[in-house]
Amino acid sequence: MATSKVEGSSSLRHAFGGVLSVFILLLIGVVAFSIRLFSVIKYESVIHEFDPYFNYRVTQFLSKNGIYDFWNWFDDRTWYPLGRVIGGTVYPGLTLTAGTMWKLANSLNIPLSVETVCVFTAPIFSAFAAWATYLLTKEVKGTGAGITAAAILAMVPSYISRSVAGSYDNEAVAIFALIFTFYLYIKTLNTGSLFYATLNSLAYFYMVCSWGGYTFIINLIPMHVLLCIVTGRYSSRLYIAYAPLVVLGTLLAALVPVVGFNAVMTSEHFGSFLVFIIIHVVALVYYIKGILTPRLFKVATTLVLTVGIAVCAVVVAILVALVASSPTKGWSGRSLSLLDPTYASKYIPIIASVSEHQPPTWPSYFMDINVLAFLVPAGIVACFLPLSDASSFAVLYLVTSVYFSGVMVRLMLVLAPAACIMSGIALSEAFGVLTRSMKFHITKYFECSHTEAPAKLGESTSTESSAPLENMTKSDTTEKPEVARKEKVARRKQKKEKELTENAHVKPVSAKKEKRPLVLPLEASIVSVFLLIVLGGLYVLHCVWAAAEAYSAPSIVLTSHSHDGLHVFDDFREAYAWLRHNTEVDDKVASWWDYGYQTTAMANRTVIVDNNTWNNTHIATVGTAMSSPEKAAWEIFNSLDVKYVLVVFGGLVGYPSDDINKFLWMVRIGGGVFPHIKEADYLKDGQYRVDAQATHTMLNCLMYKLSYYRFVETDGKGFDRVRRYEIGKKHFKLTHFEEVFTTHHWMVRIYKLKPQKNRIRGKSRKSKLGSKSTSSKSGGMTHKNPWN
Amino acid sequence: MDRRLQFAFVLLCLGLLSSTARSDLVVSKAERLVDLNSHIVRVLSKLKVENEGPDDVSEVLLALPDAQAKNLAAIRTFYSDGKLGFVLPTEPIEPKGMPSDVTYYSIALPKKLGKGKTVSLDVLSIFTRSLKPFPEEITQAESQLVVYTDNMYYTSPYPVKYQSLVFRLPGRVESYTKYPKVELVKSELRYGPFEMQPAFSYSPVVVHFENNNPFAVANELVREIEISHWGNVRVTEQYTISHGGASLKNGFSRIEYQARPYMRGASSFRVLIAKLPARAHSVYYRDEIGNISTSHLWDDSQRTQLEIEPRFPIFGGWKTTFTIGYSLPLHDFLFEADGGKRVLNMTFGCPLDEVLVEKHIVKVVLPEGSKDITVATLFPTKQSEDVKYSHLDILGRPVVVLEKDNVVPEHNLYFQVYYKFNNISLLSEPMMLIVGIFLLFVACIVYMHTDLAISKTSSSYLEKLQWEEVQATVQHIKNIFDQYLAAHDKLESSLRDLSRSGDVQSCKAARKAADAQFKELAKELKPLLTFLQSCSQASSILPKIEELVTKEKEMQEKEMAKHTTVVDCFEKKLGGKDIESRIASQQQKLTSLKQEVESLLDSISEI
Repeated sequence: MATSKVEGSSSLRHAFGGVLSVFILLLIGVVAFSIRLFSVIKYESVIHEFDPYFNYRVTQFLSKNGIYDFWNWFDDRTWYPLGRVIGGTVYPGLTLTAGTMWKLANSLNIPLSVETVCVFTAPIFSAFAAWATYLLTKEVKGTGAGITAAAILAMVPSYISRSVAGSYDNEAVAIFALIFTFYLYIKTLNTGSLFYATLNSLAYFYMVCSWGGYTFIINLIPMHVLLCIVTGRYSSRLYIAYAPLVVLGTLLAALVPVVGFNAVMTSEHFGSFLVFIIIHVVALVYYIKGILTPRLFKVATTLVLTVGIAVCAVVVAILVALVASSPTKGWSGRSLSLLDPTYASKYIPIIASVSEHQPPTWPSYFMDINVLAFLVPAGIVACFLPLSDASSFAVLYLVTSVYFSGVMVRLMLVLAPAACIMSGIALSEAFGVLTRSMKFHITKYFECSHTEAPAKLGESTSTESSAPLENMTKSDTTEKPEVARKEKVARRKQKKEKELTENAHVKPVSAKKEKRPLVLPLEASIVSVFLLIVLGGLYVLHCVWAAAEAYSAPSIVLTSHSHDGLHVFDDFREAYAWLRHNTEVDDKVASWWDYGYQTTAMANRTVIVDNNTWNNTHIATVGTAMSSPEKAAWEIFNSLDVKYVLVVFGGLVGYPSDDINKFLWMVRIGGGVFPHIKEADYLKDGQYRVDAQATHTMLNCLMYKLSYYRFVETDGKGFDRVRRYEIGKKHFKLTHFEEVFTTHHWMVRIYKLKPQKNRIRGKSRKSKLGSKSTSSKSGGMTHKNPWN
Repeated sequence: MDRRLQFAFVLLCLGLLSSTARSDLVVSKAERLVDLNSHIVRVLSKLKVENEGPDDVSEVLLALPDAQAKNLAAIRTFYSDGKLGFVLPTEPIEPKGMPSDVTYYSIALPKKLGKGKTVSLDVLSIFTRSLKPFPEEITQAESQLVVYTDNMYYTSPYPVKYQSLVFRLPGRVESYTKYPKVELVKSELRYGPFEMQPAFSYSPVVVHFENNNPFAVANELVREIEISHWGNVRVTEQYTISHGGASLKNGFSRIEYQARPYMRGASSFRVLIAKLPARAHSVYYRDEIGNISTSHLWDDSQRTQLEIEPRFPIFGGWKTTFTIGYSLPLHDFLFEADGGKRVLNMTFGCPLDEVLVEKHIVKVVLPEGSKDITVATLFPTKQSEDVKYSHLDILGRPVVVLEKDNVVPEHNLYFQVYYKFNNISLLSEPMMLIVGIFLLFVACIVYMHTDLAISKTSSSYLEKLQWEEVQATVQHIKNIFDQYLAAHDKLESSLRDLSRSGDVQSCKAARKAADAQFKELAKELKPLLTFLQSCSQASSILPKIEELVTKEKEMQEKEMAKHTTVVDCFEKKLGGKDIESRIASQQQKLTSLKQEVESLLDSISEI
C-alpha cells in the first residue's frame, strides 16, 4: 500500500511538473502577446510608422493577387518614373507569413481583414519568440533557466519597441526566426542529429526570407565553430551542426530573390565558407589521427601543414584581390557601417540620416534592457561554470551583439534575446543556489526537531496523559506536507542543477561534493531571494511602463494630454485621405522619402521616392528640389511629372520631427549628387536656423516657403513652436505653387504645381495680366444672370 | 433656353388639344409649396379635384414634365376623409392619347368620385439633383448659388381653376423670374394666384438663390444587416460621400477656413448627423486607413445620435469614404410571425440627415440555415440573393440584397424579411469547435501511442527500444528503493511507538518484518541490476544506481544497529537521555545517509 502510494506520488509529481511548466510557458506566451496590445487599447488597431505600411501594402497585394503575381510584381506607384521590382527586392518572409495566416483564417471562414492579421502578427510572433528562447536556454542551461529567460524575453522593452501590435515589420518575425535558428543549431550540437541539422537549415531559410539580419547568423555560427575548433572542442556533432547548414542554407538562401547570388558573392558570407573549409580540414585531421600511429601522424602533419599553408596563401591572395577590386570591398553599405561606425557618416549620408542607424546612448541601454544589463555579467559567469559548447555559444552571441548594438541603436534588438538568455541563466542559477541552501537549513532544522521529539518523549514515558502526545504527533503530521511542498520546489531547482552538471559530463557525486560548501546562511539567502524578487518586480514594472507609455504610439496618430483632456492629432491620415479621394488616381506626389511608404499605402498615389532608399540619385533630386528656389524646384518637379508636393510642418503645434528639422539631410543628400547645393549656404555661422538671421538661400528655398506659407497669419508674428523663435521671412507669395490642402493642425501641407503660364511677349502685358488674375477673384462675385 | 421654350410650346399645344378630351375632371384648387431649403426639393401640392362629368371617376391623373420626372425620387399622395389619413397608391402609367413629353401617375381613389363631388389630395413629390449650382465653380470664400427651374402653373392634364405657387428659400435671392403676380416676403417667394388655366399650361419660372446647406450626396451606400440569433443585429454601413454642389476652385486655404469658418467655406460641410435606433451599442466610425477620432455619440432611451466629422471638411466636388457600424439588440427588431416564421423589421434608408443616396444597397445576412425567405417593402426595389461565408460557416449564410437608386430620407420606412430558422442550428458551430478540439486531442493521443518507426530492425530503433526498457527497469528500481525507505520509516515509527508505550515485543516483531522485507527486496533487486549492467545504454546511470545500492546497504546496517541499541536500552530500562546520547551519532549518520539516498533517487528519476 505504502509503496504504491509513494510511487504514485512521485510520478504524479513529475506529471505535475511537466504540466506546470507547459502551463507557465502558455502564460508566458499570453503575457508576450498581451503586453503588446497597449497600442491597440490606447490608440487603435492600426499599422504603425513607415515601413510597416509598405509591408501592409505588399500583404494586401499578395492576398488579392496570389503568390505568383507577387513574385512578378513591378510596382509603378513608387520611384516614379523608375518603378520598383517588389518581388525581387523585398524580404518576403513577413509578408508570406501574414498572407498565409490570413489565408488560413479565411479558408476556415473566419472573416479577418488583412489589416487585422498584419496588426497582430508581431505579438503572435513575440509569443513564439519567447517559446523559442525557452528551448534555446533549455539547451544551454536547463529548464529552469529556459523558463526564466522566456519570461524575461516576453517583456523585454527592446523587443517590445519593435513588436507592439501594429508594428508590422520584418523584425517582428525575424527575432523569432533568429532565436529558433540558434536553438536548432545548439540542439544539433547537443544531439548530433541530422534531423535537427536539416530543420536548422530550414529555420535559417526562414530567417533569410524575413530579414537582412540573417548575415548575423551566418557569421556568428562560423565564429562559434571556429571557437570550438580552436579550444579543442571539435566533435562529429559540431560537424553535423555546421556543414549541412552551410550547404543547405546557402542553397536555400539563394532561392530568395532578394538574396540570390549574393549568398555566395558578397563578403558577408565568405567567413562561413572559410570556416567550412577549416572544419573539413580539421575533420580530416581527426580522421587521419585515428588511423595513423602517433609518430606517422606527426610526419604527416608537418607535410600537410607546409603544403596547406602554401595553398591557403594562394587562395587568400586571390580572394583579397577579388574583394579589393570592388569599391565597397564586397560589403554592402549597411554592413560596412557596422564594421566601421564612421563609414556611413563619411560616405553615405542617406544611411546616416536614419535615426535608428545612429549609435545608442547609455540611457537607451537602461531603457531597453533595464536590469538585464546588471544580470548579464552574472549570466556570463554562470555560463563558464562549467563551459559547454552550448554555453560558449551563448557567451559569443552576447559579446558580438553587444558590439553591434553599440554601433546601431536598431541592433539593440539583436542584443535583447542574448541579454534575456544570460539574465535567465543568472537568475535561475541564483535562485537555485539560494533555495538549495534554504532547503538545506530547513531540512536540518526539521531533522533536529525529529530527533529531539522521541528523546523528550522517552523522558516522560507513562507519567503524563496521552493527550498532549497525540497533539505532538498531530502537529508533526500536519507539518510534514508543508515541508514536502517546500522540498518539492527546492528539489525541482536541484534537479535542474543536476541536469546541468550531467550535461557537462561531470560526475554527479563529485558535483555534489563540490556543492556542499556552496550553502549560504539561511538569513542571507532569504534576503537575497527577496531582493531578487524585488529586482524582477522592478523589471516587470519598467517593462509594462515602457510598453504602455514609451513604445505604444503608432506615430501616425499623435495625442497630447492637456488640462481639457486628450487631444488627438490625426493630421497625417487626414492628408492621406484627402489625397486618396480628391486627386486623380495617376497624380504623382513628391515628398521627402520618409513619407513615401505611407503615401503609397494610405493615399494610393504614385510617389517619387520612398523609404526603400535604393536610388540615391533620385532622392538627391528631390532633396535638391526642396532646397532650391521656387522656380528651379518647379522645373525639377515638373520634369518628374509631379502634380502635388507634400510637406510636413510642425511649427504650429510643436511637432519636432518635421521637414524643416530634417531639411539639412535633404541639403546634404542633394549636395552629394548635385554640387551646386552647398550645405554652407544654408547655415549661418555653422548654425542651422530659420529665423531672421538665417541665410538668404535658406529663406528662399522651396522647403522654407512651403512650410511657412501664410504661417504668419495664424498669430501675427510667425512664432515657430518647434524652433522656438519667430521665422525669418514672414510675408511672401508663391509664384509656382498653390496651396490646395492643409490639415487641421497644419502638420501636413499639400501644394499643387501651377500649370505653365502662356508665353507672353513684353513686360507690360505680363504685369497687366498679373493684376487681372488677382482682381478676377474679387470680380468673381458679380455673376451674370444666365436667363436674360 | 431655346429647348425649354420649345418644350413649353409643345406642352401648350398639346394642352389645348387634350383639354377637351378629359374635361370631366377639374382641379378646382392647386396650392403648391416648394421647399428649397435643402438639396432635396420637396414639392407639396394641395389639390382639390372636382368631378364635373357625368360618370363616376375612380382615378386621378398627375402629370410631371419628363425633365422633372427623371429627378423624381418619391411621390406620395395623402388623403384624409375627415378622421383618418392614409396614403393612396400612386403608380406611373402611360395613358393613350396624351402628350408624350409628360410622365403620368395615377392615384387610385378609395371610393368613386361621383358627379359634382370634390376630393382633397395632398401630393408630396420629392426631387433630387434639381438644384443646379451656378456658377459651377466657386472659391472657398464664396457662397454657393443654385438655380431652380419649375413651371409657374401646375402641370396637370385637367384645367386648373385656382392655383398658387410658393417657394420657400434658405437665404438671399440672387434673381427670379419677374412676373406681375409675384412677391418676395422674407424667405418666401410667392407666385399667383392664377385663375382658370387650361390643362398643361406652362410658363417657366427660375429662381437663383444662395443655398449653403450641405449638399451631401452618398454616391453609394452599402448597408449590411447581419442577424445573429445569439441576440445581436450588427449593422455596417459603408458610405461614399461627396459634395454635390458647386466645386471648389483655387485650392483650400486652412488659414482662411480656421479664421472665419462660416464665411470662408460656407458652402462646405463638416459634420453629418446619424440618427441610430435606440439602444445601439458598439458604435464605430472608421475608414480604410483606420479609426476616425472626430465623432460624438449621445444616447437616450428614445434614440442614439451619432455626430460624425469626416477627416476633412467636404467642399464642392470633394469626396470621402467611411464606414459606420453598430450593434442592436435582437429582440427590438426580430419578431415571431405566423406559420413559425420569423420576421425582421428594420428601416430601409440611410440614418444620416438629409443625405441623398444615389445607389443604395441593403444586404440582410440571415443566419446559416434560414429557409423560405420573403421580403416585404413599401416601394419597389431590385431584389437578389447571395451567400456570405462568415465565422466557421459551411453552407454559408443566405443574403437578401435590396437595391434602389435615388433614396431620400422619405424612404426611411420599415421593411420586413420573413424567414424560417431552426434554433438547433445555433449549436452547430460551437459543436463543430468542440468536436474539432476533441479530435485534436484524440490525434495527439494516437500519435503518442503509435509506433511510427519505418524500419523495425534499424539500430536506432533497437536502441530506442532498449532505452525504454532501461527506463522501465530504472523505474522499477526506484520503486524498490521507495519501498526500502518506507520500511525504514516503519522501523523508525516502531521505535517511536516503543518510546511511547514501551512495548518491546511489537517492536521486535516490526523489526523481523522489516528484515524479511529487506531480504525480499534485495532478491527482487538483483536481476534488475544484472540487466542494467549488461545494457550498454545504462552506463550513464549505472554508477549512480550502484552508489545508491551501497548507500542503502549502509543505511540498513545503521538502522539495524540503532534499532538494536534502542531496544537493548529499553530492555535495560535506561533513561531517555541515555538512549539519546547513545544513538546520537548513529542518528546523524542515518539522516545524512537518508538525504543522500533521497537525492540520488531524485537524480535517477530525472533521466
